[in-house]
Amino acid sequence: MWKTILRRILIMIPQILLLSVIVFFLAKLMPGDPFSGQITPQMDPKQIDSLRRQLGLDDPLWTQYFRWIGNLFHGDLGMSYAYKRPVISLIAERASNTIWLSLFAVILTYLIGVPLGVLAGRFKGTRLDSGISLYAYSVMAIPSFVFYLIALLIFGYQLKWFPTTGSVALDASGGVGYIMSRLYHMVLPAILQAFLGTTGIILYLRSGIIDNSIEDYVRTARAKGVPEKVIFNKHILRNSLLPIAAFMGNTITGLISGSLFVESVFSYPGMGKLAVDAMTTRDYATMTSLTLLFGFLTLLGNLLSDIIMSIVDPRIRVE
Amino acid sequence: MDKPENQLLDIQHLHTAFRVGDDFYDAVEDVNLTLNRDEILAIVGESGSGKSTLATSVIGLHNLQNTKITGDILYNDLNLVGLNETLYNRIRGNDIGMIFQDPLAALNPLMRIGEQIGETLLYHTKLNKEERDHRVLELLGQVGIPNPVRVFKQYPHELSGGMRQRVVIAIAIACKPPILIADEPTTALDVTIQAQILDLLENIQQETHSGIILITHDLGVVAETADRVAVMYAGQIVEQGTVQAIFEHPLHPYTRSLLRSMPQADNDSDDLYVIEGTVPDLKHMQTDDCRFAARIPWIPASAHEAHPTMHEVEPGHFVRCTCYKTFHFNDEAEA
Ligand SMILES: Nc1ncnc2c1ncn2[C@@H]1O[C@H](COP(=O)(O)OP(=O)(O)O)[C@@H](O)[C@H]1O
Ligand SMILES: [Mg+2]
Repeated sequence: MWKTILRRILIMIPQILLLSVIVFFLAKLMPGDPFSGQITPQMDPKQIDSLRRQLGLDDPLWTQYFRWIGNLFHGDLGMSYAYKRPVISLIAERASNTIWLSLFAVILTYLIGVPLGVLAGRFKGTRLDSGISLYAYSVMAIPSFVFYLIALLIFGYQLKWFPTTGSVALDASGGVGYIMSRLYHMVLPAILQAFLGTTGIILYLRSGIIDNSIEDYVRTARAKGVPEKVIFNKHILRNSLLPIAAFMGNTITGLISGSLFVESVFSYPGMGKLAVDAMTTRDYATMTSLTLLFGFLTLLGNLLSDIIMSIVDPRIRVE
Repeated sequence: MDKPENQLLDIQHLHTAFRVGDDFYDAVEDVNLTLNRDEILAIVGESGSGKSTLATSVIGLHNLQNTKITGDILYNDLNLVGLNETLYNRIRGNDIGMIFQDPLAALNPLMRIGEQIGETLLYHTKLNKEERDHRVLELLGQVGIPNPVRVFKQYPHELSGGMRQRVVIAIAIACKPPILIADEPTTALDVTIQAQILDLLENIQQETHSGIILITHDLGVVAETADRVAVMYAGQIVEQGTVQAIFEHPLHPYTRSLLRSMPQADNDSDDLYVIEGTVPDLKHMQTDDCRFAARIPWIPASAHEAHPTMHEVEPGHFVRCTCYKTFHFNDEAEA
């Protein structure tokens, strides 16, 4: 198994390289460069040219690319022109907000999704199943930002049950009060993200249970005289749950892209909001860094899925 | 009614009907059959004849929401038709073991071999974990698996097809059931492995004195292993008798056609006899007339009985319909 995992990690290296090339050249294709943000109308064009040259922006693209990569390795992601601060410190500041929110959301996703998926699959064709499937398909059909906006309007502005902005109350004191305040700010966005995340788990688990139920090995278990309840728990459910564990990686990937919407709707100061802000203000260095980071995390999510899968499924373990 | 000493199963007027849309159609129609201790009873017929449906009716694997079973399946004064699930679970695996066609699909891909065999013991014996494991190793040896200790911990995909089928057999015989049902146990296997598996089944039958229902569409298998044969066509038994009777004096046109379409060792020509047409599907096989008539159109309708019944032509040798009396192949002169 270790061999499989190691090989899988090695495969990631070219993937990351490719990702960095794509991000770099996409950034180059966009109007503006890291420098354009600093230009003011008062500057004289000659001065601009010489500054450009000094920053190396006239060098061949490949030279620029390797310099960029070199800087990345030294933890230098460039300067945010919008904040006039190193991008690395901006990200560091907001990372924990996103990480905690995502963790909270993952846990909720599984807590809600697994029982619903099991019920739908176990009682296939009943009203319970129709209800759960209807829920899953309709949530899937709603664009996520519409979902977030409506929830924000109802639970935030109308009912005032949850805060509508920020990650912590400004007057929150240290200790327990501070933690409670942060949790309080996370609850609604996390629940909403979880609701969106559950749909995949519910439908996947439901169809897994239904498909496994008609497999030959279930018939073999019946022919052994194993009680139906045990057959469901020990054979059908177990075999359907294992791939769901691997779904964790995909859930994380989904949360990353989801954080863009949820954080900007709730003005939650995490990496997703930072990315959206950077897009609207053309904050070049911040945008490329975050795109790279999100891409990297997506690859990491896939890696995680594969590793979990190779742990739970013996068929993948052997070469 | 007196029951012969060594009789294991007595199937009477068995009908198994499947729901198609809103209606039920018989896939097994009025089957009467017995199984004795110490014998291999073969059930032969083309695919779609209802052999598997009959087998799964005996071990009770049908989903009763879509399946209607009537008639009697008598086992030790117990009627298995309509038996409640709890009681049936005591019978399945313990009194009746079943061996399936596709040994890879029949095993749980995520469960170790040892656990899968041990599961039969778990529900029918009072053995503790250690004793069960011991018995599983013994079983693995008994079905001819070379390295039981190793295979115990392996998963199905790590074994070859033949080894997997041996595992499926070990599962079926774990509790030494008096009745074994093997549904095309060699169809999914390489030709070279087929003979080994059949030998194994024969050995098990001799050691345990069990009765085996061996389902196959391969008459070669029947000739080699069976004691008695029931030929099934379109849900009905059309001929039944000892192996000698069936192979030496086949009567029913279907039996004769099957035999004629059998590849002969001494005849390596390619032009095997082919029975025209196919087995009708469930909806279209429902008729009171001779169901095989459509596939021997050169035989006049008058040769068939109006409502064919089984005739005992000699003790223990039964044939359905009267068409056997005047039947001739298309390329033969009329009798
Ligand atoms: N679960 C089912 N529902 C409806 N029809 C079925 C079902 N199982 C089998 N059949 C039909 O019953 C007939 C007999 O099938 P089967 O018992 O599998 O035949 P065999 O094992 O001889 O090939 C076929 O026409 C088949 O299509
Ligand atoms: Mg079959």
